[in-house]
Amino acid sequence: MKPFTYERARTPAEAAAAVARQPGAKFIAGGTNLLDLMKLQIETPPHLVDVNTLGLDRIEPMTDGGLRIGALVRNTDLAADDRVRRDYAVLSRALLAGASGQLRNKATTAGNLLQRTRCPYFYDTNQPCNKRQPGTGCSALGGFSRQLAIIGASPTCIATHPSDMAVAMRVLDAAVETVRADGHTRTIPIADFHRLPAGNPQVETALEPGELITAVTLPKPPGGTHVYRKVRDRASYAFALVSVAAIVQPDGSGRVALGGVAPKPWRDEAAEAEMPRGAKAVMARLLAGAQPTADNAFKRPLAERTLAAAITQARA
Amino acid sequence: MTCFGDERTLDMPGQDDGCHLPMTRRNLLIAGASSAVAVATSAEAAAPSTPAEHASVPTAEVRMSVNGTPHTLDLDTRTTLLDALREHLHLTGTKKGCDHGQCGACTVIVDGRRINSCLTLAVMHPGAHVTTIEGLGTPEHLHPMQEAFIKHDGYQCGYCTPGQICSAVSVLDEIKQGIPSHVTGDLTVRPLLSMDELRERMSGNICRCGAYSNIVEAITEVAGVAA
Repeated sequence: MKPFTYERARTPAEAAAAVARQPGAKFIAGGTNLLDLMKLQIETPPHLVDVNTLGLDRIEPMTDGGLRIGALVRNTDLAADDRVRRDYAVLSRALLAGASGQLRNKATTAGNLLQRTRCPYFYDTNQPCNKRQPGTGCSALGGFSRQLAIIGASPTCIATHPSDMAVAMRVLDAAVETVRADGHTRTIPIADFHRLPAGNPQVETALEPGELITAVTLPKPPGGTHVYRKVRDRASYAFALVSVAAIVQPDGSGRVALGGVAPKPWRDEAAEAEMPRGAKAVMARLLAGAQPTADNAFKRPLAERTLAAAITQARA
Repeated sequence: MTCFGDERTLDMPGQDDGCHLPMTRRNLLIAGASSAVAVATSAEAAAPSTPAEHASVPTAEVRMSVNGTPHTLDLDTRTTLLDALREHLHLTGTKKGCDHGQCGACTVIVDGRRINSCLTLAVMHPGAHVTTIEGLGTPEHLHPMQEAFIKHDGYQCGYCTPGQICSAVSVLDEIKQGIPSHVTGDLTVRPLLSMDELRERMSGNICRCGAYSNIVEAITEVAGVAA
């Protein structure tokens, strides 16, 4: 790791101001992704602002029947919350499908949204990578791309977003609450939170420098049967090749978001109109325009079969 | 290779990689503390290239309780909890495996929860209560989980064992608390203890020797359920 100075923030606005003040400074919460990247010198912040003491660790009901999840709620606590297990089961399932018990005990709600890709070329500092070093090229194009994106990518980057939790947040229409360095707050719909790479794969979210996530909110419970199915190379503790978050209503309508296939949780509300006609019809629209590589072309039929299995499971 | 820029050399002073450091990490920290360098030191000025500059890396003080004993440590801010335990408190029972949160060898229990001590900074844990394998039991008075690992031969080389045992103790506690897992069938009821539950919950602890089935037997015995 490169040397860095360290401070503990006292309020969210102070934390945002402290990070905005020093170029390259970062927030640290769970640290399970940031410290991994700092050890590899993929991240080299000169200053860390510890937000663990800000008290953003509660899950509270909202007046509209929804739930406000503090940015620092640990993945274990969110997955185990009775209200989430009962009313937003797809979120519990997605969280429990990710990482290990040790990591979930430390990883936070906001940090999970902000985790970086596990593209092997992003991690290998000897290889060009537009996300790690803008302008150097994408080694994954023409490289080993089995794990990587089939849709939403660009000629500059075909990395996937690695989160399971974010896929469930997308299907639940979550929103991200933030505070900026000037103290102003705003709410970003999850659909607009993660950005597609286009020509700037190093820019991954809508956050401005120093902008701090304070909470993630969920609208009132959507009802239906919640399913999260994750297909991976081993039964536990592995990133998704393909994952499906689905909420299926008794009349056959429903919502679907995919993980493991794109630089962000992949959902198209228009494709959901096809739900009563089954997985093939949904995927024909949801994955229209997909441009898989020879290595990851399998993800398209795999996504369709995984959704078919999810629908079957929901109707069982 | 830049000897003074290589963190491994600092983390493992005894390692002979051809670089002969005039100072160990511990000596450097003492030097850093005695020169009263504050946390506010600019990182640029502290960029490591010579021993003299190394003496001015940012440091911070943290107080924590480890296995019931209070400690005050003045640490290079980069020091992970794992390195603080091993290199500063000489509690070498906790092992460094991958150092990237992938193997679980560094698992310790902090404020009642198992975490990967390699993926957290020591300075992030003021006031924490840390339990390592040394705090679970002693050679004379083994923790029931330690006894069960011996009885069921839950290891071969033993390197992953302290992490496995700390993890296993926490796993039983998590089931007792009703925390669900990926294989829990019904999220609305308390999870039951089963072989599938134990295997899933222990997946963050890798055993290269492949002692998994014996590890599950050991945990099952402690849980009071017939294997």
